[in-house]
Amino acid sequence: MSPKTLYDKIWDAHLVHEDEDGTSLLYIDRHLVHEVTSPQAFEGLRMAGRKVRKPEMTIAVPDHNVPTTPDRVNGIENPESRIQVEALDTNAKDFGINYYPVSDIRQGIVHIIGPENGWTLPGMTIVCGDSHTATHGAFGALAHGIGTSEVEHVLATQTLIQTKSKNMKVEITGQLAPGVTAKDITLSVIGATGTAGGTGHVIEYCGEAIRSLSMEGRMTVCNMAIEGGARAGLIAPDEKTFEYVKGRAHAPKGAQWEAALAWWKTLFSDEDAHWDKVVTIRGEDIAPVVTWGTSPEDVLPITDVVPDPESFSGGKVDAARRALKYMGLEAGQKLSDIKIDTVFIGSCTNGRIEDLRAAAEIVKGKKIADGLRAMVVPGSGLVRAQAEEEGLADIFTDAGFEWRMAGCSMCLAMNPDQLAPGERCAATSNRNFEGRQGRGGRTHLMSPAMAAAAAVTGRLTDVRELMGEGEPA
Amino acid sequence: MDKFDKLTGIAAPLPIINVDTDMIIPKQFLKTIKREGLGKNLFDEMRFDDDGNENPDFVLNKPAYREAEILVAGDNFGCGSSREHAPWAIKDFGIRCVIAPSFADIFYNNCFKNGILPIPLPQEQVDLLMKDAEKGQNARMTIDLEKQEITTSDGQVITFEIDSFKKHCLLNGLDDIGLTLQKAAEIDSFESGLAQSRPWV
Repeated sequence: MSPKTLYDKIWDAHLVHEDEDGTSLLYIDRHLVHEVTSPQAFEGLRMAGRKVRKPEMTIAVPDHNVPTTPDRVNGIENPESRIQVEALDTNAKDFGINYYPVSDIRQGIVHIIGPENGWTLPGMTIVCGDSHTATHGAFGALAHGIGTSEVEHVLATQTLIQTKSKNMKVEITGQLAPGVTAKDITLSVIGATGTAGGTGHVIEYCGEAIRSLSMEGRMTVCNMAIEGGARAGLIAPDEKTFEYVKGRAHAPKGAQWEAALAWWKTLFSDEDAHWDKVVTIRGEDIAPVVTWGTSPEDVLPITDVVPDPESFSGGKVDAARRALKYMGLEAGQKLSDIKIDTVFIGSCTNGRIEDLRAAAEIVKGKKIADGLRAMVVPGSGLVRAQAEEEGLADIFTDAGFEWRMAGCSMCLAMNPDQLAPGERCAATSNRNFEGRQGRGGRTHLMSPAMAAAAAVTGRLTDVRELMGEGEPA
Repeated sequence: MDKFDKLTGIAAPLPIINVDTDMIIPKQFLKTIKREGLGKNLFDEMRFDDDGNENPDFVLNKPAYREAEILVAGDNFGCGSSREHAPWAIKDFGIRCVIAPSFADIFYNNCFKNGILPIPLPQEQVDLLMKDAEKGQNARMTIDLEKQEITTSDGQVITFEIDSFKKHCLLNGLDDIGLTLQKAAEIDSFESGLAQSRPWV
């Protein structure tokens, strides 16, 4: 048998039908659903008189529109947001799918609650009407975003029409230096390959630095595979993966666990597997980074300066000019001199417990800078509860952070958490597009530790300057 | 789904790389539970100022391009969010074909579900079409999907590649779900196998 990549193996295990031209029908093991990209799909089912083929494999949660203030129990004020969330309530009930309503402690960002509740398992195919579905690739699952028409297709048939992507290997060798995190890896990869560097490919992240990451860190890396243009990001499962999954609510138990484990252990890329593209980065070369522009590829080490648009070529010259104008920055300005108004710690990229621990370690015993607005938004109700139990919530509130309820929050401004025009934010989310966090809002992407450091100083800050200052966590 | 076979129309030039789906349709318009009506907010933050007045410099606000049916754009068009609201807005505005050096994967697939033809072409050919589009409303391009040809306003012909299944569906306006349900027996049989091979799923 010819050697296969991990992607090849998962693909083959889910192939229902393949046409001569390569158009394939792929079976979908888990379908995650949220309120923004699903109403038209459910409406389509109703109009055609169709059912959800596998309601037990379908999991829904409202996250994008929900306010993150405790008064949300009284209902959502914005009428359009309320209608969208109510539509999901109704659709979940009518079609009999698994559902975590706003009132459930397990509610949270769809890509956080999937792994947390054991829905996400190695070797699965997982889709969601959301591009950050790539997050689940951290478990060695083939996971990617789909559009609403495809959401309807999966609801009706439990399959997806696909053509196979190419195989791309991104290897991060060696070890990360202190202060460098999974977020710095994923941003640095995009900085190196560009936002279209992975287009047409599924990326497998490998190498010692990736192996050394926790499951939370691996999810951060895979989460932003889409920002590199890839259809999905994958990391082969290992003992850390199995340890994370074991005992979770929907993970297999007993004999089924043993059977599953035996198969999961075969999920790795064979030694001689063919790669269409290979990128290798030394872990030691990765620095704590921030974005300066309006594309996730606009990444530089925090010790650097805002680049000169003329230093680029092709369409990027105009794009960089436009970005600097939008961001209100001058070429040559030191990144660490950029003052901020807001700090946002949360999102499907960095809203997990380890992210909150990393941020808390930096702010412990300190106060946020004067006049700053800073918020921590846990990725789920369960993350929130755990953080409270570990005392992290107190560290944040003592420092002057707002401690919020779970949701997508300021990552995409579909709820009340938004930037005002011209407001500048240090954010742990995944997109710095124009208007992403609110019309005219200016976003700098970075790791939770870096965002915490920025909160303390009021400007973009090299987290290494603050490390070791606080009490041991 | 609406068919796409042949189109002759005005092409609007949008020479910006990395046009993301937040630009195409900003998040505040994603709160709809319908597919229609998004055209008026296509490129909203570029098309209108803070008070909702038209920005006269934006291409789709210029008299020559208000009726554009084709868009010629920069590399990596449609990157970012998976929102199908982006192709819905493009189509609702009246644009049925987007030409760019490359497209983001999810956006590209979403176009085909909505009767929109996305055409990736080498940069030099996009540059040529961009120049043609810049001539304004008298310059009409023709897109012939059957022949896989683009004809510029001065008669130059450029051929393009497209996946045969996607072409077939677009030409005939076929509904994917209907096609897949013809394979229901194969899905049933896959599921029976699954109960044996991966019962934990």
